[in-house]
Amino acid sequence: MANTTMARSFLQAVSSTEEVTPPLRVVQIEGLAVLKIIKHCNEFLPALVTGQLLGLDVGSVLEVTNCFPFPIREEDEEIEADGANYQLEMMRCLREVNVDNNTVGWYQSTLLGSFQTVELIETFMNYQENIRRCVCIVYDPSRSAQGVLALKALKLTDSFMELYRNNNFIGEKLREKKLSWVDIFEEIPIKVSNSALVSAFMTELEPESPVKECDYDRLRLSTAPYMERNLEFLIDCMEDLSAEQNKFQYYYRNVSRQQAQQQAWLQKRRVENMARKAAGEEPLPEEDPANPIFKPLPEPSRVDSYLITNQISNYCNQINGVAAQSFNRLYLMKALHDD
Amino acid sequence: MSVLQFFPLASPVQSARLHAVVLFNICDGYVRRPDQAGRVIGTLLGSVSNGVVEIKNSYAVPHNESADQVALDVDYHHSMYLSHLKVNPKEVIVGWFSTGLGVSGGSALIHDFYVKELKDAHSSVPPVHLTVDTSFMSGEACIKAYVSVNLTLGDKPLAAQFQEIPLDLRMIEAERIGFDILKTTTVDKLPGDLVGMEASMVRLYSLIDDIYKYVNDVVEGRLPPDNKIGRVLADTLASVPNISPAAFDKLLDDKVQDNVALIYLTSLIRTQLSAAEKLNTAAQTL
Repeated sequence: MANTTMARSFLQAVSSTEEVTPPLRVVQIEGLAVLKIIKHCNEFLPALVTGQLLGLDVGSVLEVTNCFPFPIREEDEEIEADGANYQLEMMRCLREVNVDNNTVGWYQSTLLGSFQTVELIETFMNYQENIRRCVCIVYDPSRSAQGVLALKALKLTDSFMELYRNNNFIGEKLREKKLSWVDIFEEIPIKVSNSALVSAFMTELEPESPVKECDYDRLRLSTAPYMERNLEFLIDCMEDLSAEQNKFQYYYRNVSRQQAQQQAWLQKRRVENMARKAAGEEPLPEEDPANPIFKPLPEPSRVDSYLITNQISNYCNQINGVAAQSFNRLYLMKALHDD
Repeated sequence: MSVLQFFPLASPVQSARLHAVVLFNICDGYVRRPDQAGRVIGTLLGSVSNGVVEIKNSYAVPHNESADQVALDVDYHHSMYLSHLKVNPKEVIVGWFSTGLGVSGGSALIHDFYVKELKDAHSSVPPVHLTVDTSFMSGEACIKAYVSVNLTLGDKPLAAQFQEIPLDLRMIEAERIGFDILKTTTVDKLPGDLVGMEASMVRLYSLIDDIYKYVNDVVEGRLPPDNKIGRVLADTLASVPNISPAAFDKLLDDKVQDNVALIYLTSLIRTQLSAAEKLNTAAQTL
């Protein structure tokens, strides 16, 4: 008897420790994975590609030690099944050479940071069903051409996931949870790690030349094409947002019209009831669920408008960042010219 | 009479270029090698153009090695190759790699296997053998590429000779990302836009300083003048376009104005967004 209680308490202890997982603080990614992601994304430009991240989940750190690319997807069921086979085959092969074969998420390339879409959220939900903790690493080749390592590790916030899963994405619930558009995605800081061996090789092989390729990228003066496309995207988003806003206005207008109708109906019914009372008859009920004007109108989901808002703020940040860099370059050029 | 013939290097492979990701992969494979394995070998993928072999990708292949024989997991090699082809059909087998210093005994056997593989794939180029000295036996990073040349006695093959070919280790992609990230064992934070900019500026500044010092030294006779360097400097200075100060100022002002306008626009949008959010989520009192 004592034994079983012991056993149970042990089990309980185990399950309780399993439940309490420390929040994810850092994504630690190996240089190898960084290079592989960049290689894959750059090679297939301008097509957008994805791949799987492999690694380990250690406490509050998610280690990404390797990754492999997915073939470009095609709209064909047979090929889709092929893709699943490919994935299994690749995992099996990598396990054989002792690569960590835990899926910890996926990576994808993006065009000017336009990744905040419903599809991304759906993919997150899919992954989340199978693995407790997953991240999406987003790489932006166009931004990297400016001499920045544009890698981002993202995950959905817990509160957003809960709302999204229950399809509760309406105004009241959002107010309840105090969830604003900033709280959809959570960016997790990235740490890069390299094995001592790699570090030794790279130190040895680092070229003597004081000027690196990334310096050229950074000091390039032409930012106009990048800015232009950013602005174009921004304008598109603004249009989308205003369409969304119209949708809400339409909804609210309908709601208020419905409420006016309900009021009118109620007034009529009351007057009628008064008359019936005076005539000594039974009053009619003050509610009529069969009447179409009492049917609640469905509130449109706010996911889209939240995502668009996110997107817009992302473009704003990018434009701001590049503009700030541009100032640097311009004044540098001025100084050079003055000399 | 039999003649010992050494075929001159009419090989279609003149040199090789190594991409950083391959080196990283080999190192990772070596770190994760099985318990007793002395070395790691694997397949190199890439492309060949104008006699230059671009080594773009690689994967390790499990193998067993004893004193006089080598067993390579051929099935593994094939299935992995097929998987890689699905992703990028342009990357084909160009050779194989091994860790360790230089060519060792079993290498000839493995090399023969890859020669056959490439022949089966109707490739006109012989495989390249890449060795990476992961144990730093020679005290430095020793990475070498070889092609094999057959030594024949008459018609009889006598031996295979591995001939070293030049290997380009410049690794442009690694430079793009920045050696600062790839060189150290841990980087706590990815450098942001302005941090990188600052580093580049500092480097540029120090370069200008160096040149300034050099020119001064030459002018004052402390250093012997070098015509070559002088020409390079003159070329560099000449590459700055000659624009009249007024035109330049206008150009600069325009650009600055553009940027200021953009920043203003983005701040405006952001303010709008936060205002819109407040309005949208506010409780509707009807």
